[in-house]
Amino acid sequence: MEKMLLKRVDIPNSADIDVAMKNGAYSTLATAFGMRPLDVVSEVKRANLRGRGGAGFPTGLKWELCSRVPGSLKYLLCNADEGEPGTFKDRFILLQDPHLLIEGMVISGFAIGAERGYIYLRYEYPTALVVLEKAIEQAYAKGYLGKNILGKGVNFDLSVHRGAGAYICGEETALIESLEGKRGQPRIRPPFPASQGAWRKPTVINNVETLSNIPYLLAMGADAYAKIGEETSPGPKLYGVSGMVNKPGVYELPMGTTLREIIYTHCGGIRGGKKLKAIIPGGASTPILTEQHLDVKMDFNSLVSAGSMLGSGAVMVMDETVNLVNVAYVLVRFFAHESCGKCTPCREGTSWLYQVYQRLMHGEGRLEDIDLLLYICDTVKGKCFCPLGEGAIQPVLSSIKHFRGDYEQWIKEGRRGQA
Amino acid sequence: MSDQHEEGHFCRTAGEKIMFSDAIIQSIKKAQQRYPDQQSAVLPALHIIQKEYGNLSYEAMRFVSQQLRVPESDVFGTATFYSLYRWKNPGRHQIQICHNLSCSLLGAETMIAHLEKKLGVCEGQVTKDGRFSFIRMECIGRCDGAPAMLVGDDYHGELTPEKIDEILKKYE
Repeated sequence: MEKMLLKRVDIPNSADIDVAMKNGAYSTLATAFGMRPLDVVSEVKRANLRGRGGAGFPTGLKWELCSRVPGSLKYLLCNADEGEPGTFKDRFILLQDPHLLIEGMVISGFAIGAERGYIYLRYEYPTALVVLEKAIEQAYAKGYLGKNILGKGVNFDLSVHRGAGAYICGEETALIESLEGKRGQPRIRPPFPASQGAWRKPTVINNVETLSNIPYLLAMGADAYAKIGEETSPGPKLYGVSGMVNKPGVYELPMGTTLREIIYTHCGGIRGGKKLKAIIPGGASTPILTEQHLDVKMDFNSLVSAGSMLGSGAVMVMDETVNLVNVAYVLVRFFAHESCGKCTPCREGTSWLYQVYQRLMHGEGRLEDIDLLLYICDTVKGKCFCPLGEGAIQPVLSSIKHFRGDYEQWIKEGRRGQA
Repeated sequence: MSDQHEEGHFCRTAGEKIMFSDAIIQSIKKAQQRYPDQQSAVLPALHIIQKEYGNLSYEAMRFVSQQLRVPESDVFGTATFYSLYRWKNPGRHQIQICHNLSCSLLGAETMIAHLEKKLGVCEGQVTKDGRFSFIRMECIGRCDGAPAMLVGDDYHGELTPEKIDEILKKYE
């Protein structure tokens, strides 16, 4: 497949507006402004673009819900919080092709009727902050942001809002709270952000990668776009691969590429010629898979059928030397740290899980701890305010499901971990 | 909040009056213009002060509360919610080393143990010469270069103990 999202990433100095424009940046604005906003929305809907942040919600539908709400003041937010462990795909666009994101946001704002946008950027990307602020300044200077863009009467203002280190702010309503200067705790839904979001106005929140698809989608048309990759969720997808592979990195491939092709063809297989043991297909909160799942297609529906989720497409690969008790410990520690404290099942459940894993790490595990872990997961499952709690139990449930032997061996041998 | 907090949990040099400069007030005013209401500038305002002084303090929160006309308790709640607002001054170079899964699979704990030995400090402490401090991080989005760390704003990846020694030499 010809590269789209990463087309300009390898070009030197592509974050500069002149270089980016020479290579096609902002060329789709005229096409978009030549259409009616509602037609842009239906084009995105027809292309069946699904959100790349994790949930896979149809982007066109989200836009339609927002654009139908009466009122002239609406907001477009870009979720650049990219906090899901293992995820680093958006970083490539933020650092090397910020103008793709800006172009996508101007078009999206035009489509939903928003004249104000914010990029919610995670604190851990200090370099991206500098790059984005410079790119925005350049886009204002060239007239691609601000008032009366391209002389077509379209207005769009954009700025960066920097987070301060909180995984939960990747959840869209927590992101809004954080944008409003509050603690990043999720809001009750309904009302959904599409009707009452930032500052109680209709708001659309899209991931960096989703918004970056928009210019290419419009340029090639919905029909051509829908032919890329898997039919149920078409388009190019950025897969970020890390862990024990020879060539970790971000790979732009058609949606629905198999894990086998990603790991063995593109990433050069497992380091040191070792055997594959486990794969996390979409970031920390997606259930762990095994080598039996190598032929699963990496798209939203196929992964759900296989018992996992596409999430952010962050593939983490583990070889035969890894013990899954250690893996689950690291992930549970993370979720216990990041639980926002708003709802009891998640706040208490993640901490309790963490305490049991600490016991395992200290070599004091008991065989009945395996059942205790499953019991705690049951008290969390389906009872949390937002998806964080649900995500937190996935590494526990799936590691016990596929690698119960690892737990039994760990406990019987009284192994200790790096805790 | 009463003054007893000044001696309490939040680190403050005794007797020293922290002054907030015109430059900081102007930066906060500029940040405010980006939002439709005052409270939304709380995060940027705290960032501005932390950047200037290295950490936040009770005075900083009270100052932000007055500048933005947001209740002190709300500023306090926000400031204490996020992991990366600090209450103690870090070293001249703050090392943020990732210990999440991708980095941990490729030896993050070995790197952290090496840092502790090399610097002679634990997480959150500052070396005697004030040069370095380090904290563990939850995924800095550099999984393709694991194990990875940030020194200040600079990224360093594919770490080994020897590489860490070389990198630290560059920071005075």
